[in-house]
Amino acid sequence: MLIVTCPVCGAEGDETDFHFGGQAHIARPATSNPEGISDVQQRDYLFTRINAKGLHFERVRCDRGCGKWFNAARDTMTMDFKAFYGATELPPPDVMKQAKGGWAEYFEMRMKKAK
Amino acid sequence: MLKPRYSIFSLARNAMNYHKDWEKAWRSPQPKAEYDAVIVGAGGHGLATAYYLAKNHKMTNIAVVEKGWLGGGNTGRNTTIIRSNYLQDPSIAIYELARSLYEGLSQELNYNVMFSPRGVLMLCQTQHELRAFQRTAHANRLAGLDCRMITPAEVKEIVPIINDDPNCRYPILGAYYQPRGGTGRHDAVAWGYARGADALGVDIIQNCEVIGIERDGGKVTGLQTTKGLIKTKKVGVVTAGNVSTVMDMAGVRMPIESQCLQALVSEPIKPVLDCVVMANTVHGYMSQSDKGELVIGGGTDPYNNYSQRGSFPALEHTITALIETFPIISRLRMLRQWGGIVDMTGDRSPIIGKTPVEGLYVNCGWGTGGFKAIPGSGWVFADTLANDRPHKIAEAFTMDRFTEGRFIDESVAAAVAH
Repeated sequence: MLIVTCPVCGAEGDETDFHFGGQAHIARPATSNPEGISDVQQRDYLFTRINAKGLHFERVRCDRGCGKWFNAARDTMTMDFKAFYGATELPPPDVMKQAKGGWAEYFEMRMKKAK
Repeated sequence: MLKPRYSIFSLARNAMNYHKDWEKAWRSPQPKAEYDAVIVGAGGHGLATAYYLAKNHKMTNIAVVEKGWLGGGNTGRNTTIIRSNYLQDPSIAIYELARSLYEGLSQELNYNVMFSPRGVLMLCQTQHELRAFQRTAHANRLAGLDCRMITPAEVKEIVPIINDDPNCRYPILGAYYQPRGGTGRHDAVAWGYARGADALGVDIIQNCEVIGIERDGGKVTGLQTTKGLIKTKKVGVVTAGNVSTVMDMAGVRMPIESQCLQALVSEPIKPVLDCVVMANTVHGYMSQSDKGELVIGGGTDPYNNYSQRGSFPALEHTITALIETFPIISRLRMLRQWGGIVDMTGDRSPIIGKTPVEGLYVNCGWGTGGFKAIPGSGWVFADTLANDRPHKIAEAFTMDRFTEGRFIDESVAAAVAH
């Protein structure tokens, strides 16, 4: 049983009080540039997933509390949550540093863009 | 290498000797320096691929590498249901190829896989589900499958323990029945293919984890494993829930998410159920093993998981549904419960074929329903690997369907709503 804390309203509950929404940090490419989107970009948006074994970042909705979506960092081998953070935020820096593979590449790209 | 055949005579001969002299079913060789092809993953699909590569395509200088023990993943963790009554034509073709191969598999492999065509019955418990299955029934009839819709009275006759109260929350409105579907002995399928492949000269190397895929100019040149470098120009990745992890080693990101699917068995009881019943609206399916245990499965847990241990709410959901459907089981004790990591695609159909890396092939995405497909999957994947082009039945299942939008949508038609 996963115990989740909503970072928006502070409610704590088990996994049945929340809804899991799959991989976090997926931007819809067609939002800013609908004509310029290739089939490959659209495929990646809809289907291609990092599917990390270990530290993973996912979307969660606070079903029986405030109803807001937020993000969670969870290890998919141990089921341990590392952080809960806002839907538009990046994970806490110490958690972000532990990311590997596809997630490490993604956060590196985000940090470069921010600069 | 010719293996002594299993038969009533070999059984009698070995009984005389207190069963001390049975030959090993397969060797445990050290890897050679180089193979013509290497299959990653010794589950049912991987071993069937190796067997058909050797038998149908005469490729005998091949190996299957496995990080754990053979048949220890989803092949040994499923609820052994075999059926082919899917909605879409490409699915019907591949699942029916598999189901028909199961019919002769024990003879073919000289290994009793205990295929039992006891019938699979998919309940219709809402008007919507009834219509959806009628649609599937028409599609299947056009494809020549032996399936039919049956009435609530026929359901009660086939499954006397079912709750047929018309006033319950989800009453039985009918069922979709495939009499030639059924169950098999899942471990025996892996062991039979392993023994068969080994007899044809295939090296099955257990406790050998792949840790890297060597490439040169976009072509596969070998595999780095925990037992050293194995050179090969062809690699077939058949690693189910771990497929994203292995394909990442070659820089290929997959349209797959790995989730946990649980199953459980009850204490053994006298025969009460001689077919497979799937209750899709309420998420539960059940059959009775030859030992008398009720074999129970349900839906996947709602989040990514690699731990092979599932969540209790998902189990509770399944049990609740089945107690409503079969009130007789409410006081049964459950003996064992386990989880397997299933590889889910967006359209709930498998991915079979080539990848952007030359010499690298993948067979994955079987999700919650791979066991039934093992012989067909191995058959078409071996052909794809040997001839470097998709087998006719595998053509629709290539990975580029996600770019082109050619989905084989079984998410609605699948036995259990996802």
